[in-house]
Amino acid sequence: MPKVVLVTGVGRPIGARLVAKLATESDIERIIAVDMAPVAGALPDKAQFFRADIRSPAIARLLKTEKVDTVAHINVTGVPDKAGRRAANKELNVIGTMQLLAACQRAPHVKKIVLRSSTAIYGSSQRDPALFTEETEAASEILGYGKDTADVESYVRGFSRRRPDAQVTVLRLANVLAPDLHTPFGQYFCLPAVPTILGFDPRLQFLHLDDALEVFQRAVREDHPGIFNVAGSGVVLLSQAIRRAGRVPLPSLRFTAPLLAQLSGIELSAEQVQLLTYGRVVDTTKLRDTFGYTPTFSSRQTFDDFVRGRDLSSVLSPDNIAAVERALRSQLLGQKHG
Amino acid sequence: MDEQQWEQRVTGALAFMRRRLTGEYDIDEIGYDEDLTRNLVAPPLRLLYEKWFNVQLRGLEHVPSDGAALIVANHSGVIPLDGAMLTLGLMDHHPARRALRMLAGDLVFQTPFIGELARKAGFTLACPPDAERLLRSGELVGVFPEGYKGIGKNHHDRYRLQRFGRGGFVASALRTGAPIIPCSIVGAEEIYPMVADAKPIARLLGLPYFPITPMFPWLGPLGLIPLPSRWIIEFGAPIEPQAQEHADPDDPLALLNITDQVRETIQATLYRLLTERGSAFGAPKA
Repeated sequence: MPKVVLVTGVGRPIGARLVAKLATESDIERIIAVDMAPVAGALPDKAQFFRADIRSPAIARLLKTEKVDTVAHINVTGVPDKAGRRAANKELNVIGTMQLLAACQRAPHVKKIVLRSSTAIYGSSQRDPALFTEETEAASEILGYGKDTADVESYVRGFSRRRPDAQVTVLRLANVLAPDLHTPFGQYFCLPAVPTILGFDPRLQFLHLDDALEVFQRAVREDHPGIFNVAGSGVVLLSQAIRRAGRVPLPSLRFTAPLLAQLSGIELSAEQVQLLTYGRVVDTTKLRDTFGYTPTFSSRQTFDDFVRGRDLSSVLSPDNIAAVERALRSQLLGQKHG
Repeated sequence: MDEQQWEQRVTGALAFMRRRLTGEYDIDEIGYDEDLTRNLVAPPLRLLYEKWFNVQLRGLEHVPSDGAALIVANHSGVIPLDGAMLTLGLMDHHPARRALRMLAGDLVFQTPFIGELARKAGFTLACPPDAERLLRSGELVGVFPEGYKGIGKNHHDRYRLQRFGRGGFVASALRTGAPIIPCSIVGAEEIYPMVADAKPIARLLGLPYFPITPMFPWLGPLGLIPLPSRWIIEFGAPIEPQAQEHADPDDPLALLNITDQVRETIQATLYRLLTERGSAFGAPKA
């Protein structure tokens, strides 16, 4: 059972909420919360905030002086803190993880690392099997954030080799959505006309933030070394998601879709365009069997919860569509059926 | 059509449109959209099946009503209507109305619209993980081991089976314990008689072949109308690959042996069916 947990990336909602959730564990004595950006809200009493860069030597000192035994590295993200900061974000993801792991390697107290990775590591193409298991090799070139996660995971494998006494849990998360979480991918679905790729309707999976946090907490509390796909069960088609959000799809060519999104101030990366063309679905059997936990929100429920939270004034609401259906029906069948 | 039928149709069609517009339908993890397949994709294919090709379906008793099985068929016809007719035949005429899950090449999923439609019709990539996932979950899986070599062959090679790949389908059947049901399709060879393959154009377009038929591309879109050949689809007795000697999914020689057996069964059935059918066009032989 961990006593002192270091959490990175607490300046972002997912990290901050993980700190709050871990604070409810009675066995955990202290939580060291680290980020370069200040935390938005108040942290629980057990938690202590250190404003530090994970690439700096301060982390190594912190690990030693605070006798950290578990590191939850959440600060690997596909979402740059500012638009257009992709290079800086990559630097933080890849170099940050490398430095953090180097520090962990020299800190004998560290016995466990829980890493946030992403299903982006599988890429997305026409040559991939319908579902990715943890062993599936990507068939296509991995781009952008997916490449970051591949690099990050390779450092983690290196760490495991050099510190066989430490446990490593890698959680490959599907796209995380929640009513109160702002991500570019979430904002994409809020556009009145959503740019899609003409002739393609990819299968998507979503993970609810609550489920993501629950899995992180279990990974910290229990011992489940290995790599795990984490996603809500079932799949949602892109067209289906757009309809459920009451939006209208705007089919466009592969190179014009990001431009159309940009008109509305949303950056679609090459990796996301690939995802919106071929889709990506992962097999979560290993998570369910090993953790004994099935995400409470299915992919579809996650998406619906996200839509409810956004209070999107729908362009095509189900009520209006049902009204049109009734009107058409009575017109076609005559008044007596109306 | 009486009034009640009309009412049912209108109500059904409107409810279908509402479901599509509100996203209120289910698909499975692989992408099979049953609502769309049964209500929108199947009806036009049913016209082709019943009125145009007049398909005769034989040996349905060999297809189990539940549980996994792998249907292995010959492939032909330039455009894979054989897969569509086979799927529709099982959906309409099998007592359990079974959905056939076809395996297809990556080119299908790369092509706009076609790839989207194929996934929604329950197709997935022809690769061992997908084949075995479907078979393990008790689905009826269909495969054309000849692939592009079969569908894109010249008309003078009609009904001559091409190489059956490397027997990957046998390995998948062995690993999952599924029976192999040989299926012979007569009629698809004549729908677009390909007299030449314009290889340079195919290379330019990134296609495995570019068909030249007596009608295509000369007649433009009219050349896309399939000829009304007479079809017979016959399922043979299941072959249990596990019951064979040296049945080891990792032994290439054993796989080739079973592959050949399946191939020869289909080839022999094709020759028999051709004799029974007589002429490819016109009224059935008395």
